[in-house]
Amino acid sequence: MKHEFKHLQAAHCENGVTSNLLRTIGVDKITEPLAFGIGSGLFFVYVPFLKINKGPAIAFRTMPGLIFKRTCNALNIPVIRKKFSSKESAEKYLQQCLQSGQPVGCQVGVYYLSYFPKEYRFHFNAHNIIVYGKEDDRYLISDPVMEEVTSLSSYELERVRFAKGALAPRGQVYYPKENKIVTDQQIRKAIETGIKRNVNHMIRIPGNVAGVKGITYTGKKIKKWRDKLGQQTAGLYLAQLVRMQEEIGTGGGGFRYIYAAFLQQAHAYIGNDALLETSKKFTQAGDMWRNAAVQAAGIYKGRIGSQADFDVMGDYLIEIAEVEKNAFQGLSKIKWNS
Amino acid sequence: MKKEDIPQDDGALNKLTKEIVYAVDNSGKYVTGLSTGWKVKATALDLAWEDIEQRIEHARQKVISNEASPVLFFMELRLMDIGIVAAYTGFWKWTIRQHLKPASFKKLSQKKLQQYAEAFNITVEELKTMNLHEA
Repeated sequence: MKHEFKHLQAAHCENGVTSNLLRTIGVDKITEPLAFGIGSGLFFVYVPFLKINKGPAIAFRTMPGLIFKRTCNALNIPVIRKKFSSKESAEKYLQQCLQSGQPVGCQVGVYYLSYFPKEYRFHFNAHNIIVYGKEDDRYLISDPVMEEVTSLSSYELERVRFAKGALAPRGQVYYPKENKIVTDQQIRKAIETGIKRNVNHMIRIPGNVAGVKGITYTGKKIKKWRDKLGQQTAGLYLAQLVRMQEEIGTGGGGFRYIYAAFLQQAHAYIGNDALLETSKKFTQAGDMWRNAAVQAAGIYKGRIGSQADFDVMGDYLIEIAEVEKNAFQGLSKIKWNS
Repeated sequence: MKKEDIPQDDGALNKLTKEIVYAVDNSGKYVTGLSTGWKVKATALDLAWEDIEQRIEHARQKVISNEASPVLFFMELRLMDIGIVAAYTGFWKWTIRQHLKPASFKKLSQKKLQQYAEAFNITVEELKTMNLHEA
């Protein structure tokens, strides 16, 4: 079972899976930035009291699964999504899909993902790949973060599809149900919906731990980390922040560059120059996030580490929050004439 | 970030693939470029691993001094917390907390030991002795 499948590398796994799967049904205009923006992918949240790998729980993007769901919804593409209680039925279903020529998206855990380097294998269960065929005992895999396609044995694929712990995939597969024609008008409408929802999530969400207020909140917290946690743990916390911000999938600058790219591509459909202006603000925000990462690295490498250095770090985030707030306010004022 | 500023440092991911980064070209238009890694984040990952290695070593010492059972050591070695061990073994969390104590661990049936061994991807012998034969 081998099918015609075009693998395109992406920065982020879910954007890549969305864009690559849509191409299998003839929808070829949804680039990675468009999928991310239509899916309102940009976010920030610091969940207090929750720890991930003994560090702070910080995310720069929306919940796993939502980008695919929202993008397909917005383009009126019906989706099939299935979870399984047994490994046998999960594999059987996958084989049926492949036999009928349907590549499928699979949610997997990375801890037992054999082709990943050991350093990246944490118990993170929301990675996304496409299975597009099978040759002998090996499933053909398109992992969007990789330059080339790869493969996994049946056993290896089963292990990652049934990884356990938070966000356990339970064999989950998903794919667009049927071929659809997507018009430019639909894309315009989808972009509008995606931007409006993202504005809501970033500047109108209640509470102070999510959206731009969450960035300010984190900045204030960081200033207290040195006294509260001690130098070493504070360094580990900052390192975790930087990893969430810059590690594979983010496209750099905590997804802010991908969002800036989205606004440029949106401009090609909508033609409102406010989109281009706002794109520049997100580029600026991405650059500021990266400057903050350099400051953080100075601290966790032990090169600097005074309270003043933590204050500078915290102030970076407080300034970023202002830039992003301003950018989203700009987007909220756009007059949509569709 | 400008395209020419995309960092090309070394990083662990480089063994597998270069990664896509979004950056602007000279005309200000967004393009993608490939990066081999960035030292700022490579150091962050190294630091996380140093911390893990310390926790594993600390757990090993506790098992040797009979303050904890090998379940603690393998839990740390496999980067798990009690919740993840519970998900893989099917035991309740409070049961696992009991099994972290050497006295309680010694009384475990072969079947339960086997459940732990499978969760940690090791043999029962390795579980009992902490002598791990893997690359």
